[in-house]
Amino acid sequence: MTDTLTPVLTDTWDAEQGWKLATYAAKGGYAALDVAFAQSPDDVIATVKDSGLRGRGGAGFPTGMKWSFIPQDNPKPKYLVVNADESEPGTCKDIPLMMGNPHVLVEGVILSSYAIRANKAFIYIRGEVVHVIRRVQAAVAEAYAAGHLGKDIHGSGYDLDVVVHAGAGAYICGEETALLEGLEGRRGQPRLRPPFPAVAGLYASPTVINNVESIASVPAIVKNGAAWFGAMGTEKSKGHGIFSLSGHVARPGQYEAPLGITLRELLDLAGGVREGHQLKFWTPGGSSTPLLTAEHLDVPLDFEGVGAAGSMLGTRALQIFDETVCVVRAVLRWTEFYKHESCGKCTPCREGTWWLVQALTRLENGQGAEEDLDQLLDQCDNILGRSFCALGDGATSPISSSIQYFRDEYLAHLSHGGCPFDPARATAWAGQEVTA
Amino acid sequence: MSTQPLDDKTIAELREIAARYPEPRSGLLPMLHLAQSVQGRITPEGIEACAAILEISAAEVNGVATFYTMYKRHGVGDYHVGVCTNTLCAVMGGDAIFERLKDHLEIGNDEVAAQRQGDSRTVSLEHIECNAACDYAPVVMVNWEFMDNQTPESAVQMVEALRAGHEVSSTRGPKLCTWREAERVLAGFPDGRVDEGPTAGPASLAGLQIARERGWTAPDPAALPAVEAAQKAEGQQ
Repeated sequence: MTDTLTPVLTDTWDAEQGWKLATYAAKGGYAALDVAFAQSPDDVIATVKDSGLRGRGGAGFPTGMKWSFIPQDNPKPKYLVVNADESEPGTCKDIPLMMGNPHVLVEGVILSSYAIRANKAFIYIRGEVVHVIRRVQAAVAEAYAAGHLGKDIHGSGYDLDVVVHAGAGAYICGEETALLEGLEGRRGQPRLRPPFPAVAGLYASPTVINNVESIASVPAIVKNGAAWFGAMGTEKSKGHGIFSLSGHVARPGQYEAPLGITLRELLDLAGGVREGHQLKFWTPGGSSTPLLTAEHLDVPLDFEGVGAAGSMLGTRALQIFDETVCVVRAVLRWTEFYKHESCGKCTPCREGTWWLVQALTRLENGQGAEEDLDQLLDQCDNILGRSFCALGDGATSPISSSIQYFRDEYLAHLSHGGCPFDPARATAWAGQEVTA
Repeated sequence: MSTQPLDDKTIAELREIAARYPEPRSGLLPMLHLAQSVQGRITPEGIEACAAILEISAAEVNGVATFYTMYKRHGVGDYHVGVCTNTLCAVMGGDAIFERLKDHLEIGNDEVAAQRQGDSRTVSLEHIECNAACDYAPVVMVNWEFMDNQTPESAVQMVEALRAGHEVSSTRGPKLCTWREAERVLAGFPDGRVDEGPTAGPASLAGLQIARERGWTAPDPAALPAVEAAQKAEGQQ
């Protein structure tokens, strides 16, 4: 039986100057490089495959398998691109990881690039986090100075250069092919697949794109072995993952645990829902994953468990909302976000998200009729699965799930002639102010 | 705010950015960050300069500059204040903070507040989408540095301190620099502030602190066979 919490990536976050190479090296940092260099790249891929590591950016695709799709007989250069564009509403794990321990990401980049035989890697960080970018820039510079990057790393004959690239504000660039467009200096609009990036990615060359947490998980796997990683988690969802609790919870924050932990267990650790209130709805993995309710407190938070409950594990972004929150207001705000962030390439998403906002705004204002809910679901049906990427699909998730669980609350807006909730009761400072 | 022309040093730095990549056009996003750090916004001159260096049309550069929200077509303040009004922060108080700041600064979204007599610095205001700090909600960003766990009152005090030219620090980052200085970091030119601020803020450490108190760790790799045997035994029961 493993412990309830298993700090691996978060383990150095309480260190003084945890972002420094000296701090990381003192805790065994960069020791995995020589372990890997003593093996063939294919052996490193096999280890990551055997570990069962699945993508931590939301989709859960097996990381080692993704690496093995890189056609090594292709004469073009191979590239590794780290997706550090963390922007999914509720998701807040990669940012503190890069702030507190950027070297574990850099070490992961070196190991992963060696495995796929890339000599150039890019870390694409969203632009809106200047201090995180400073920390990663400095970590890369320190790694060069220490001989962990550059030519003939550790005398292995292997060369690697890393570029830290700042984005410029676009949620869509978290989608891997839109990210590549951004990295090629273009508008961040997704590409049609196939071809998949493994075959034709950056500059139409074979490219692996992985989330920050996926890449940062690699050093410990290489050092401790696939069996060590597999000793945590569940049968098909192995290893540790960072769970991010936010919203109406007593102690919001980052909790690194084996996959398969439940929200009930996490809430127990986090002091429960804020005092005097009850859980109403939550997202398991960001706003693009269908809402769940108190009846799902014991769902194992792994890819299979959350899928069976009708949602998705996503990025383990657990946004907790108590009974003071109007679900229609919450869903409308997410929908406005998707409308704003739709890149405009595909008609169902570009036009559909605008229609969704209009329909939801009317409902929130208490205008319309019950039939409008069915029309809203019909609009969702015309968006879901009809575009290049999953942004439009994500836009429909909160709407269809909220109507499934809270149809009566939508109707209450109609009978009440507007929103029956007082937004002041939901704020972080509600109940603390002195009423005059 | 006056717009200074792009000098030879800036043109050389734009070329330096393009040279970091196997294909120069990959440098366009950071190049635009640099251009607006020098000029305070994306100008026709900045667009032409990027286009000339990358040997693409100004229309192509313009298409990119208009796609990404961090590029500003009009000037912003020395301190650009972004209030998260995505669902979670909005619910936790972001809506109230944004309303209070609009009212206090007497401006709307994406506008610059008037510089009053005695103000040494200017402030602009924008509502922003999720900035990946939900465990610190409601969150305000200033020049893309975290100002965690804000209230309407703390946000008003903060913008007044900024306008007065007082030193203000991020709640888990460095002393705030100006928007232009921050944009230069995004272009890939470090400013030496990396060692300011903590390793992690309090919410980031919530789980780790519990693990430390209870002695919880990841499995010991040396003790692994025992772990596996125990699991097998459990499975057989």
